[in-house]
Amino acid sequence: MRLELVKRPQRSALFSILSPFIAFLLTLVAGAVMFALIGVNPLAAFRVYFIEPLSQVWQLHELAIKAAPLILIGVGLSVCYRANVWNIGAEGQFILGGIAGSIIPVLFPNFESPIVLPLMLLMGMVGGAAYAAIPALLKVRFNTNEILTSLMLVYIAQLFLDWLVRGPWKDPKGFNFPQTVQFNDSAILPAIWPQSGDAHWGFVFALVAAVALWLVMGRTIAGFEIRVLGSAPRAGRFAGFSLNRMIVSVFCLSGALAGLAGISVVSGEINQLQPVISPGYGFTAIIVAFLGRLNPLGIVAAGIVLALTYLGGEAAQTALGVSDKVARVFQGMLLFFVLGCDTLINYRIRLAGGGAAVSAKDAAPLAEPEEAH
Amino acid sequence: MDITVNILLTIATAATPLLVAAIGELVVERSGVLNLGVEGMMIMGAVAGFGAGYLTGSPWLGLLAAIVVGALFSLLFAFMTLTLATNQVATGLSLTLLGLGVSGMLGTGFVGLPGQRLPNLYIPVLSDLPVVGKLLFGQDPVFYISILLTLGVAWFLFRTRTGLTLRSIGDSHGSAHALGIHVIRYRYLAVLFGGGCAGLAGGQLSLVYTPQWVENMSAGRGWIALALVVFASWRPLRALAGAYIFGLIWIGQLHVQAIDLQQFTGAPWLLYKTIELLKSLPSQYLAMLPYLATVVVLVLISRNKRLTMMNTPASLGQPFVPDR
Amino acid sequence: MGEERAHGNLLEVRGLTKIFGTLKACDHVDLTVAKGEIHALLGENGAGKSTLVKMLFGSLEPNSGAIAWDGRPVRITSPGFAKKLGIGMVFQHFSLFEALTAAENIALSLDDGSPISQIAAKARALSYSYGLPLDPQSLVGDLSVGERQRIEIIRCLLQSPQLVILDEPTSVLTPQEADKLFETLERLRAEGKSILYISHRLEEVKRICDRATVLRHGKVVGHCNPREETAASLARMMVGNEVKAVVRAPVEGIDTAAALLEIRNLSRKPATPFSIPLRDISLSVRAGEVIGIAGVAGNGQGEFFESVSGEVRQADAAAVRIRGKDAGALGVTGRRLLGAAFVPEERLGHGAAPAMKLSENLLLSRHATDRKAFLGTAGTVRSGAVQSASQRVIEAMDVRKSAPDPEAAALSGGNLQKFIVGRELDRKPALMVVNQPTWGVDAGAAAHIRQALIELARSGSAVLVISQDLDELFEISDAIAVMHNGELSRPIPIADATFERIGLLMGGAEPGHAAHETEGA
Repeated sequence: MRLELVKRPQRSALFSILSPFIAFLLTLVAGAVMFALIGVNPLAAFRVYFIEPLSQVWQLHELAIKAAPLILIGVGLSVCYRANVWNIGAEGQFILGGIAGSIIPVLFPNFESPIVLPLMLLMGMVGGAAYAAIPALLKVRFNTNEILTSLMLVYIAQLFLDWLVRGPWKDPKGFNFPQTVQFNDSAILPAIWPQSGDAHWGFVFALVAAVALWLVMGRTIAGFEIRVLGSAPRAGRFAGFSLNRMIVSVFCLSGALAGLAGISVVSGEINQLQPVISPGYGFTAIIVAFLGRLNPLGIVAAGIVLALTYLGGEAAQTALGVSDKVARVFQGMLLFFVLGCDTLINYRIRLAGGGAAVSAKDAAPLAEPEEAH
Repeated sequence: MDITVNILLTIATAATPLLVAAIGELVVERSGVLNLGVEGMMIMGAVAGFGAGYLTGSPWLGLLAAIVVGALFSLLFAFMTLTLATNQVATGLSLTLLGLGVSGMLGTGFVGLPGQRLPNLYIPVLSDLPVVGKLLFGQDPVFYISILLTLGVAWFLFRTRTGLTLRSIGDSHGSAHALGIHVIRYRYLAVLFGGGCAGLAGGQLSLVYTPQWVENMSAGRGWIALALVVFASWRPLRALAGAYIFGLIWIGQLHVQAIDLQQFTGAPWLLYKTIELLKSLPSQYLAMLPYLATVVVLVLISRNKRLTMMNTPASLGQPFVPDR
Repeated sequence: MGEERAHGNLLEVRGLTKIFGTLKACDHVDLTVAKGEIHALLGENGAGKSTLVKMLFGSLEPNSGAIAWDGRPVRITSPGFAKKLGIGMVFQHFSLFEALTAAENIALSLDDGSPISQIAAKARALSYSYGLPLDPQSLVGDLSVGERQRIEIIRCLLQSPQLVILDEPTSVLTPQEADKLFETLERLRAEGKSILYISHRLEEVKRICDRATVLRHGKVVGHCNPREETAASLARMMVGNEVKAVVRAPVEGIDTAAALLEIRNLSRKPATPFSIPLRDISLSVRAGEVIGIAGVAGNGQGEFFESVSGEVRQADAAAVRIRGKDAGALGVTGRRLLGAAFVPEERLGHGAAPAMKLSENLLLSRHATDRKAFLGTAGTVRSGAVQSASQRVIEAMDVRKSAPDPEAAALSGGNLQKFIVGRELDRKPALMVVNQPTWGVDAGAAAHIRQALIELARSGSAVLVISQDLDELFEISDAIAVMHNGELSRPIPIADATFERIGLLMGGAEPGHAAHETEGA
């Protein structure tokens, strides 16, 4: 008895849509088991994790705050991954975006003007894009694996930020805490509906980016180029598309979005720079991208789901005494299940005995499914 | 002289986890599988090693637990990528994310607790020799395991029929399958071996390097081990050299911060100036050195297209579904 | 059929069936191979030959039927078991490891644990004794296709098989190398071994085979003695009466026609350690003519195609000229805009993106040339226009598929190739360059494609066809040049071309630019 995969002649449209839902359900089951093992009532846990964080309007704002960077980074990553470009350094690009966007408010703390904020956002995007260009250029020029280089740059970015806030950018009046000055009002990303909560415009950027990229990827020749180069690079070259140019563009695009997320969080939420400005958004966004099946609209939903696990994790810590790391475990399990369920899109699973095993994979090249010539 | 010996010892201790993890991943990649989950398996090994050592009082049981947990964790990866044919890059990444999460969760109770340290080897007479005594006969057990692993894997890959078979799978899993070689089974064993090695490396971290538990204490070593495999062109002895170079960089920047520049006034001018320059850098910049070095090394190696083409296992990272 | 139980048959197959999903690849096949016999298994692409022998070799399990070996019923469950029985197989697609030596490759396929040096010595001795010399220490990656096939054959013979199955062995050989192979086969027969020879090449089969079994659409349509049949009667058994012969009207006014493709002193360094450099290639293709390039695989055809198509550009812009304009510095898109169209050898992954729909694959090669029709503002794709163009191609080329707009990978090889060729023909290009137009394609689709290429030429375009199939080239070309080791011979007009002459050039026997008495002027 063994598990066998039988290739489908065409990808299953049904499972393309169902797969994330099945994965989510499986994660809930696994999570229930996990909670039971550590002595927590699973139902109580789910209420705390998924229901309570949605029960009040200000909490929905918190959800939007957490979801915004996840969606922004996630849609950028989805374009990369569809291009078969493995940007794992979004966390670093997020940080560099936050730093670059903070140049004006930190170095010119008393400069107040309506152009400060737009400039900050722009510089954040440029900073993220420039940082992302490094692994892209190394890949294009030297054929260096972008997974490892983009990841090493994350550690470097974290250390660089640490140095900045403890060193040259430390607030001289900040009682020696490792942080910069508080941004003045013109440098703070405003809330969308200040009366009901704190959700800032980062969420709007996220939605706009998602819709825009969905249109580009699905409806334009640029999106076609990315999809072809990602799935069949030689066919892409045959089509006249430039792989190198695409790699750099796609890296810079996702870097810019990650940088925008970074400056949005720094400006809209924290209002200053600190040694740690991200609870791992850059990595969680990877999960968001896959859960959303690399589709920008799906990523909006996935981002909200994962933002929920962040909030749930914080709530569970106080309400249930459970470590907030549980959220991380949830997220990791979710990604695993998503990947496993994705197999069903390309293959049917069969439990094979010792007898005649059927393999549809062999059929296609041998003969035509229809009769006669 | 004593200081020098101690410094050399710290280099070995820093290099050992890199070497062990790299050797394990090297075998995995030779079979054609790319497991990016090394960091995750390593941190799981670290928490398991510490936990088991603390709870049983025996660091040896801790080491065993580290190996077993690393292997079991890799089984998850093996099932996904080998039986379900999922994308190896994404699955490896998720293994790392899961490992970091689970280890953080399991380790919350361990923070701040005193750890068990594996005892150093002691052979009468031999270990008491000056210089050589400590370096060759006075190290921790994992150091010796790492050397044996390196030599053993080198012999296995290039001198045994089983090793040849493994390499052939990495070259062309389609051809291997056509010849009746059980590709999936070999790959499962390779992945488990790699998981055990990564777990062992993690155990070394929490039972030798710093006998305690700190969240994320692997600090990216798993990724560096992956880079080392590329740097070594998938050859064990080169991985040994690479691991020690990186060990030097890793521990070197800590030493530079700690040493007193005055002690080097009599030293050669170049050495003095280098240390002076390094000491003037902020500590964060020094801490960046291993990661920067990894990028530089990767660039240098991948520049040589011919070298890459001739040595990379041709089926690396490609999913394999046997047809029957 | 006749049962020769008098002296015992080596292999008897009764009612063997193999089903893939809804497809009966083999449908109650009967086959008998006597001892000391070379038995042909005839059929065109898709007839079920490969499936049948994979079942005999244990790579696939039959759904029903019986196999008897030397009079005893057997169930062949694995290649290992087949080898123990005494069945050896040389596949069409080799199972070799490029980074390992020939000896290591052979060692991996043998089950014993003897040291490699011993295996190497045995292999060397055997190879020399059978007239197929082999250096055991050579790296497979460095070897030519013919040399690699020798490794496969020696590896098979080392296990002392009684029955040797060969799947399309001459498709990768020059005519002279094929002759050597036939000598080896006749020697094996003289030793009392049997050979199951799979082919669709009728002249070969008539030459060396004692008996033949013909398959069509998975069923046996007849058994015969090939020597008593004509090539025509064998072809009729293989494909029935459904395929029209290709009609090639003679070229008119060729001397005054403009050269639409001019290649002058094209050279290219090897791109990878394992690839072939191109040396000083020159060629002209005029409007209205079909030029064929013959050659065994691995002599630079792929590299040549990439250089002509613009996937690899030239330093000298005049090295490739299309319709009188320098094209060397242009990429694929630039050359397409000059009026050229290209069809590469590999369908899935090069000519088409496997995971994308047919309509998207149409856009693949025509997004720039048909920009006005297919693209709107800001680069949006006019999917309606693309879809209707795709439908037009599907109808024109009679592409069979199971869904309105399926993924490319879901089509059979022949139908996908029809689509890919049709997509280019739909543009009515002035120049068409095709690499292996009908490889792996069934006879009906192949004839359709070849006729379409001829008609394109006769309507005023220039057509360049690279093919390993000499029969095909003789059918459609007005002149044939030969590529060997990265060099191209002068084109020989079809009237002066013979199999022997082309075969010698394919083997490199004559220097690349040997002067011929009659050139194409």
